[in-house]
Amino acid sequence: MKKSRRKVYMAAGYNTISLGTGRKEFHPKKARPGLEDYIQEAGRGVLAQAGGGKNVDEGVIGNFMAARFNRQGNLAALIPTVDPDLRWKPCTRVEGACGSGGLALTAAIKSVLAETADAVLTVGVEVQNTVKAIYGADILAGAGWYRGERKAGHAYFFPALFSDRAGAYFEKYGRDKTRRAFARWYRNAVENARLCETAQEFHNTCEDLEALGLTEPNPRTFVDHLNVYDCSKVSDAAAGIAVLSAEGLDRCGISKSDAVEVLGWGQVEADLTVPPADPTELETSRRAVQKALEAAGIGLDKIGTVECHDCFTISGLLSIEAIGFAGKGEGADYILAGKTSRQGPVPFNTSGGLIGWGHPTGGTGVRQAVSIWQQLTGKAGKWQVEISPERPCALSVNMGGNDKTVVAVVYRRAA
Amino acid sequence: MNYVERLEKVAVLGAAGKMGSGIVLLTALEMADLSLEPGNRSRDFALYAVDISEPALAGLLKYLRDQVRRAAEKKTVWLRSVYADRSDLVENEEMIGQYIADVLAVVRPATRLEAAYGAGLVFEATNENPDLKVKLLGQIRAQNKKDAWFLTNTSSIPIHELDEKAGLGGRLIGFHFYNPPAVQKLVEVIRAKSTLPELAEFAAQYAKKLRKTVVPSNDVAGFIGNGHFMRDALHGIAEVERLAPEFGFVDAVYMVNKVSQDFLIRPMGIFQLVDYVGLDICQCILKVMSDRSVGADLRSPLLDRLVSSGAMGGQFADGSQKDGFLKYEKGRPAGVYDPEAKAYVPFADVGPRCDERLGPLPASGKPWKSVIQTVDRPAYLQGYFRDLRATTTMGADLAKRYGRKAKEVGLGLVKDGVAQKEDDVNTVMLTGFYHAYGPVNAYFDE
Repeated sequence: MKKSRRKVYMAAGYNTISLGTGRKEFHPKKARPGLEDYIQEAGRGVLAQAGGGKNVDEGVIGNFMAARFNRQGNLAALIPTVDPDLRWKPCTRVEGACGSGGLALTAAIKSVLAETADAVLTVGVEVQNTVKAIYGADILAGAGWYRGERKAGHAYFFPALFSDRAGAYFEKYGRDKTRRAFARWYRNAVENARLCETAQEFHNTCEDLEALGLTEPNPRTFVDHLNVYDCSKVSDAAAGIAVLSAEGLDRCGISKSDAVEVLGWGQVEADLTVPPADPTELETSRRAVQKALEAAGIGLDKIGTVECHDCFTISGLLSIEAIGFAGKGEGADYILAGKTSRQGPVPFNTSGGLIGWGHPTGGTGVRQAVSIWQQLTGKAGKWQVEISPERPCALSVNMGGNDKTVVAVVYRRAA
Repeated sequence: MNYVERLEKVAVLGAAGKMGSGIVLLTALEMADLSLEPGNRSRDFALYAVDISEPALAGLLKYLRDQVRRAAEKKTVWLRSVYADRSDLVENEEMIGQYIADVLAVVRPATRLEAAYGAGLVFEATNENPDLKVKLLGQIRAQNKKDAWFLTNTSSIPIHELDEKAGLGGRLIGFHFYNPPAVQKLVEVIRAKSTLPELAEFAAQYAKKLRKTVVPSNDVAGFIGNGHFMRDALHGIAEVERLAPEFGFVDAVYMVNKVSQDFLIRPMGIFQLVDYVGLDICQCILKVMSDRSVGADLRSPLLDRLVSSGAMGGQFADGSQKDGFLKYEKGRPAGVYDPEAKAYVPFADVGPRCDERLGPLPASGKPWKSVIQTVDRPAYLQGYFRDLRATTTMGADLAKRYGRKAKEVGLGLVKDGVAQKEDDVNTVMLTGFYHAYGPVNAYFDE
């Protein structure tokens, strides 16, 4: 990849709460905020820290399936509802399934690099509690290959794809230890989420999370190798962040110490119609991380915290191996040794990740960037971890579909 | 006829009633599932939903559409395999829609009894009126061309009596669902001496396919469920009559209802339950039982008086609760009937003084809903009832009297040969009435 021609920063991040089962204020039969409300809350949360819409040149919105969840298209035109000063400015909606948020980040980064913008309002959003999970599964299955895969697929299409990956992993590396690692992953996710008040599992009070995580999968009502605790929940949420040049930071009145610098990024696409060559590997994620690290010019030894795409416990485990912290087949040991926990050398998903914080599919990539910005700039409150000078960088990996659309970003606190 | 053939043509009598609609739902689901098996696709499964009320039948179809959707949403994993060969059905939503259509296609609403003449199985769920049941069953027996088997949902009338009077020659078995049939796990199966063994086998298989818990009851009027419930309710009424001179009728009803719900950890207070079942239905059941003299003094003049004054309970066509002993707002009890004034007194006017009289629940008290979700329920109940026994408030004393009476009634059912064993009584109350514990226990022993 060509070396970036100018420095790119992110700042002024904002996450709404992740609303869905588990949150006390969630009730399936009560009226809830709509798509517009989430976009506006996240967008205004960013603009309040960036001097308002007048300082923004452009808007990008990442979303997966509002056309089906909310019967709403043309989302780019919802960006001007955030602030009247955004009217008549260029706005774009991008979609790459659960990688939509990551694509929104790279679309904004590219606009800053192309010097067509110095400040881009970047939003990711998904509002999914409009339908029951069994119908939501149909909608989310759109991240797979509809004509080639859906008919033969499972009622819970994506959980089943990753259940198959888990099954293959069990076969190759052993079931018992792997399931215990899943349960530990679940516990870490919820324990982190309990510290972050926007997280969906913030109100979770379960005493023995690992026992819950070890619940035997029930293939009759769900899938073969995963239980519901292995899965991220159905979430309504939005996230927003400003993607800026140095001039953009000045214009918005944001000091560098309140910003992170994008050191490198990797955006990789696989063929939707081709199944993974090895179900026990996230090859596309591996390639995206490699590109991002190469572009940043650093190794994993500089990474102090990670936001990985744990839509399922198995994807969290496979992410560790794809990133390279553990070799193939060693992810379970890595988790069970506590290395991904917030006390570990490189804490993963410090606000809960997709399983703990929530997974507003098309918004997750932006949410990850906001979490990392909060963590690196010391704004993480109760869920803050220490970022040591030896490991000053952070990594986010956002995956769309069955490891098809992947964006990895490497960050460091700006100086 | 084997199991599948028996279920190919079914008639449900009283199909749009409270019990009938649930029976139609469960049976239509079973029939549709059979029709989707590869070997059965050429068969025409038909459930004749017979009811005299056309508007009620229209309501039945709406109820079925909603309930079948719920059922389909829970078994979509299976539906995807069932419809695997249907290239036009790809998404869950499409398959769920197809399944709803397939189930509803089985159901053929009818207002005339003739619809039952071609049925191989007739499920009777009409009013709890012996003469009506005998008449309908006898008429179908005379006209039916298939030597139909009969299931009756009677909750109190002896099976041998219906069999003899309708001339069914052993082709009848009691198959008593609990309300609502789609939710309550229990089916009381009552086999008369004359009941054909093949019919008993069929009933067992059918209950199993419906995933119901079966408790056998002996063929004595009231069976186990009403044998317990009626006496339990009469105890509540007797308590009201005992307390009324001192505290007034309204206060007495409020207090006994509250004690039987909160202090005894039941899903409803006794008078809410009587309202739910319907005061008129309770009256019918008591009459059936007392006419067959299965117990002394199974009558309640108070109940008769309330029914004649129009406080009836039961449900409206949309399922909402009618006023009876209690008045309901948004489905929740909100007032007590005052027979003198023929008006309801709001809870707000009686509640505070009665609650003070009763005293607080023991500190370990929890609502029924939270208790049934408690992991180690027996340990919790041991602790709670130990605390209750040690409490000497009026509420605790009423609760202890109630608990002891419930146990006495339970043991009486075994002694009188209605239930085969104590466990059966407990299972009925746990799975048919959703109690948190069975009445035959040691919680109230002194």
